[in-house]
This record gives sequence, C-alpha cells and structure tokens, in this order.
Amino acid sequence: MTGMQAMDAMTQQTPTIQHHRAGTAEPAAGSAAARSAATRSAATGPADQVLLAVDRISLRFGGVNALTDVSFDIRRGEIRAIIGPNGAGKTSMLNCINGFYHPTDGTITFKGERRAHMRPYVAARGGIARTFQNVALFRGMTTLDNIMTGRALRMRCGLWRQLVRVGPALREEIEHRQVVEEIIDFLQIQHIRKVPVGRLPYGLQKRVELGRALAMEPDLLLLDEPMAGMNVEEKEDMCRFVVEANRHFRTTVALIEHDIGVVMDLSDRVVVLEYGRKIADGTPAEVKGDPAVIKAYLGVAH
Amino acid sequence: MLYHEAGQYKTTYAQDMALLPIAQERWSLAGLLVVAFVGVPSMAFLGIPPFDSDYVFSAILLPFLILSLAALGLNVLVGYCGQISLGSGAFMAVGAYAAYNTAVRLPELPILVALLSGGVAAAAVGVAFGLPSLRIKGLYLAVATLAAQFFFDWLFLRVKWFTNYAPSGSVTAPPIDVLGFRLDASVERYLLVLTIVVLFAFGVKNLVRGAIGRQWMAIRDMDLAAEIIGIRPVYAKLTAFAVSSFIIGIAGALWAFAHLGSWEPLTFSIDRSFHLLFMVIIGGLGSILGAFLGTAFILLVPIVLSRLPAALGTPLSTSTISHLETAVFGVLIIVFLIAEPLGLARLWSLAKEKLRLWPFPH
Ligand SMILES: Nc1ncnc2c1ncn2[C@@H]1O[C@H](COP(=O)(O)OP(=O)(O)OP(=O)(O)O)[C@@H](O)[C@H]1O
Ligand SMILES: [Mg+2]
Repeated sequence: MTGMQAMDAMTQQTPTIQHHRAGTAEPAAGSAAARSAATRSAATGPADQVLLAVDRISLRFGGVNALTDVSFDIRRGEIRAIIGPNGAGKTSMLNCINGFYHPTDGTITFKGERRAHMRPYVAARGGIARTFQNVALFRGMTTLDNIMTGRALRMRCGLWRQLVRVGPALREEIEHRQVVEEIIDFLQIQHIRKVPVGRLPYGLQKRVELGRALAMEPDLLLLDEPMAGMNVEEKEDMCRFVVEANRHFRTTVALIEHDIGVVMDLSDRVVVLEYGRKIADGTPAEVKGDPAVIKAYLGVAH
Repeated sequence: MLYHEAGQYKTTYAQDMALLPIAQERWSLAGLLVVAFVGVPSMAFLGIPPFDSDYVFSAILLPFLILSLAALGLNVLVGYCGQISLGSGAFMAVGAYAAYNTAVRLPELPILVALLSGGVAAAAVGVAFGLPSLRIKGLYLAVATLAAQFFFDWLFLRVKWFTNYAPSGSVTAPPIDVLGFRLDASVERYLLVLTIVVLFAFGVKNLVRGAIGRQWMAIRDMDLAAEIIGIRPVYAKLTAFAVSSFIIGIAGALWAFAHLGSWEPLTFSIDRSFHLLFMVIIGGLGSILGAFLGTAFILLVPIVLSRLPAALGTPLSTSTISHLETAVFGVLIIVFLIAEPLGLARLWSLAKEKLRLWPFPH
C-alpha cells in the first residue's frame, strides 16, 4: 500500500458522511469550514479566543512515555479532533485535561488560568464535561437519574431541605428535571427514561453518557471515541448530536475518533498524536496531506 | 386488572416524581399504615388474639420495627452509597449509651431529646470511622469499620463512666415519658417506635430520590465518573456515613430504651453487625422496602424454625433445636442468595411487573 492509497482510504469514507448529512433534517449543513465560520461570527468573544491550551505536556508511567512535549490549543466554539493510532496517548491527553492524570511536566491553561495539573472537581466546576472510551455510567441508576446527576453542581438545596422535600427541594428538582427532559428529547431517548442503564444496549448507553455530559451545560466537552462500536445508523445519529451540541449549545468539543471520515467532516482543526508526540496540527485538509500523518497511518494499516 | 395503571395519566413532573405514582400502591400503603397505627392497637385493647398477648409486641413487633430502622440506616450506607460497614453494632451501642448518659446525667431533659442525642453521637462517631472510606474501599474499609466494633465493645465494657459505675456493667434505662404520658405498656412503646420508624422511612425515601441520593448512588456505581461530573466523594461519603449512623444510633437507643429496658455492653456485639448486614443483603441492597422485608425474614425464620419440630409432633431437645435452627438458617441464607442475589425487594418488584401485565403473560 502506498501513501496515496492510504489517503484514498481516508477520503473514501467521506461520502458516507456526506450521506449522513443529507439524511439529517438539518438544512444546508455545509462544510465544516463554513459551519465554523458561522459559529465564530456568532460567538461572543474574539474569533480565535483560546479556551484551553496545553503547553509542553509530558506524562510518564514508569518506563512508558504516554505523552511527550505535547502542545496545542482549543478555541472557543470549535470542534477539535484528536486522532492517532492505538496507544498514541489520546485518552491520556483527555485524562490530563480533566485532572484524572497529573502530567509529569508542562502546564494546562483553562479560561486563562494556568495550572501544572487539573483536579477532576475543579475541572467539572470550570465547565469541563466528558464521556469515556468504555462507557462509565452509573449502572444501577435509570437513564433519567444518570442524566440528573449531571446537574449535581447546579443543585443547591441542602440535606435538610431534601429531607422534607416539599417546598424548595421539590421545586429545584422539577426545574432541573425540565432541563433534563429537554436533553432526553434532543437525544431521542424518551422510551428508556426509566430503564436502569445497565440493561441498555451499548449504543444507547453511549447516548445516555453524552446526555449526562450535556446536562452539565459544559463549556468544553471531551468525547473519547463516542462512536466506537456503533453501527452506521447509530454513528450518524451521534454525529448529528455532536454537531448540534456544538452549534446550538455553543459547546466547544474535543473529539477523539478513529473514523477518519467522521473526523474530516466534523472537525474544525485536528491534532495528530503518535507514540505520545504531536506529529501534525491543522485543518482537516492540511492534516490529510501531511506526509508524517500518512506515514503514521500506514504504520498501522498493515 | 388489580394493578393496572392504564388511565392514570401523569401531566406534571411532580406527579411523575410522586412517592408512589400508581394509585393502587398509594392505597395499599395507606391501608397498611391504618392497620399498624389503628388496627393493631385496637385489637390489643379489645383482647383479640394474637394481639392480646404481650409476646407479640415484645418479641416480634418491637424488635421487628427497631431492627428495620437499623437496617434502613445500614442500607443508606451499604445499599445506596456502596460503603461496606461491619460496625453497625457499635453505632447502635453508641446510640444506646449516649441516650442513657444524657437521660441519667441530665434528667430534666425530655426523653425524646435523650434518644436524639444517641443519634447525634452515633452520627459523629460514624463520620469519624467513615474517614478511612475516603482512602480505602471494599474489604479494607470493612476491616476499618470492624475496628469501630472492637473499640466500642472495649470502651463500654472497660470505661465505667459510660455505664455510670454500675457494678455489673448492666444498666437500666429510665422510663419513657412523652409529653407527660408514661409509656409503660408495650402497645404504647410500639406506637412510639412505629411513629419514629415511619417518619424515618419517609425521610430516607426523600433523601434517596433527591439530589443527595443520586450522589450516593453515583459514588456506589462508579466513583471516578461521579467525581468528573462534580460530585465530591468526601461530601457524598461522609453524609452517607452521618445519615446512616444517625439512624442506626436512634435504633440503638430505641433497642435499649423501648425494647430491652436494661442491657449489658455485649448486647451490641459483632453478631448484631452481621445480623444487620444479612438483613440488608437478603432484603435487597438499595431498597427501603428491602430493609423491612430482610428484617422480617431474619427475625421470623428462627422463630418459625424453633417451633416447627413441636408443631410437627417430633419433640427434640432444646439444644438440638437451637443447633438445627442455626444450621437451617445458614443454609437458607445461602440458598436464598444464590436464587435471588438482589434480595426480597427484587422478588417483590418482579411480582409487581407480572401483576401489571396480568392476565396477559407478555
Ligand atoms: N494508567 C496507566 N498506567 C500505565 N500506562 C498507561 C496508563 N494509561 C495509559 N498508559 C499507557 O499510555 C499509552 C497511551 O495510552 P492511551 O490510552 O492514552 O492511548 P490512546 O491513544 O487513547 O489509545 P486507544 O486508541 O487504544 O484508545 C499506552 O502505551 C498505555 O499503555
Ligand atoms: Mg483511548
């Protein structure tokens, strides 16, 4: 297989996504570039305002260098894809951003505040939500309760009020229930509202997990392979949800995804990792033509 | 058709979130409460068997209610928040001795305040012994709570101040006065305990279906994911320990004051802790109904077993009966856990699902 053929393989997937666009009810979805231009003009701040920047991040586990000297930024309102072969360090990068892992070196600047590392609670407070590569739902709880937990930081009633329930606690509960029901409608999961998530098929679990993250009304949404293991139809739905979350809720998205077609179509900019190092960074078109990226993907194509 | 919800439309979220959204369930609960609050005392008053005998109250109803309360408390911690505790016997003891000392040393305070102080003291102790849960989980945490059990066994046996220097170590609770009435008869104590248990059951139900309950369950199901959506494990775990041991402490104080009257330090031994854990597991983790069902099972099965040989006309010696009872009881627990690991409450909800579709099987 030559480099050209590899790129062909990448581009060949694009038409299916075009098809998905046509299939959605979205009027004139247009190209990612056109869409991001629209987002930018609608955004409040300056067009290229940086929401999050990681600077020379390194992460070591014993002898393994999961990340080495990685720097990139995420601008408000964009969909930023992070791609790379298996074990490249994509998940580790997200873990650093939301404070699961503490980088051995480097800094993370979020909303202008610079830190050596984040902490999960601080990240959540600051508006970073996330989904996981292997679904991390609360299995014993219903879909509704799972998504309601996403409102935890916004619910203010203390223990005593909840004990009595009637009055402020119930009012608050209903208020948040309304927001959650909107998300449930948006994700089209009304029928599984009261089902414990442990009993749901994988595709729906992924959707509920996205719902829980959206319930936080995050500024930055980290999605770790949200479409992995899904069939074409489910993938199309998921793409639509991500795009709409980005457009209508003004949520900035960092997206890890292996399906290159999806990445090319959805993202505004792409950062490419390989063996824990950044090998390319730019628009989908730029990255696609990058010899280093072609080589990296060839390496795993066999 | 008994249990159909057709035609019961919910038009607001408040209705959908009601305690019992289905009318049949509301009526059953109301009926049960009427029987418990009015029916049982009336039958005792009118001398209708079996409620004419003190035995039913002192050996069955009072222990059932009080241990259900303790199981309810333990279920908050183990069933809802997923933190294992083997120290519930100790938390009951703390409740009992704190209430005793408050009552004896500050006799001018109403006895209900003394009972309350038992709950508060147990909550404080529960939080202290819950601190390790911030670092350790599972079996290791169980061992840490076991330390609470041994520590308080030792404390109440050896430090005489707690037993008010009673020479035998056995102490006697003062009589229970509520609003000027002295509750002497077991029916009266039954009514007091019933009121408290019902209040706590509704309170716990409110907590577990509210924001704090979701936080507990989130920690139980996946603590890391809970943390990234902004739930603080420290707050969730420690409130679970506090609420749980408060309830267990109240149960301990009631066990001492309303059930036993006088007791020795070893009343609240490790056996009690295991008993409560069995009740919660057999009844169903994370279920309020389960706390009651599990307690009924653990309490009633031995009573039935001990009477069975005589009833069948095969008189055995008392010691044989008690050995057999223990053995059969143990086997029953194991069989039960294999057959229905999710507990009696799960059986009940399965039965309800069936009943909803009845008479159509699918
Ligand atoms: N907790 C950990 N302990 C030890 N090594 C780790 C840990 N987490 C990640 N690694 C290592 O770091 C490297 C990067 O892993 P990471 O999960 O970030 O890759 P990835 O790009 O997400 O891969 P995939 O596409 O398979 O999800 C791998 O070599 C992995 O083994
Ligand atoms: Mg990964």
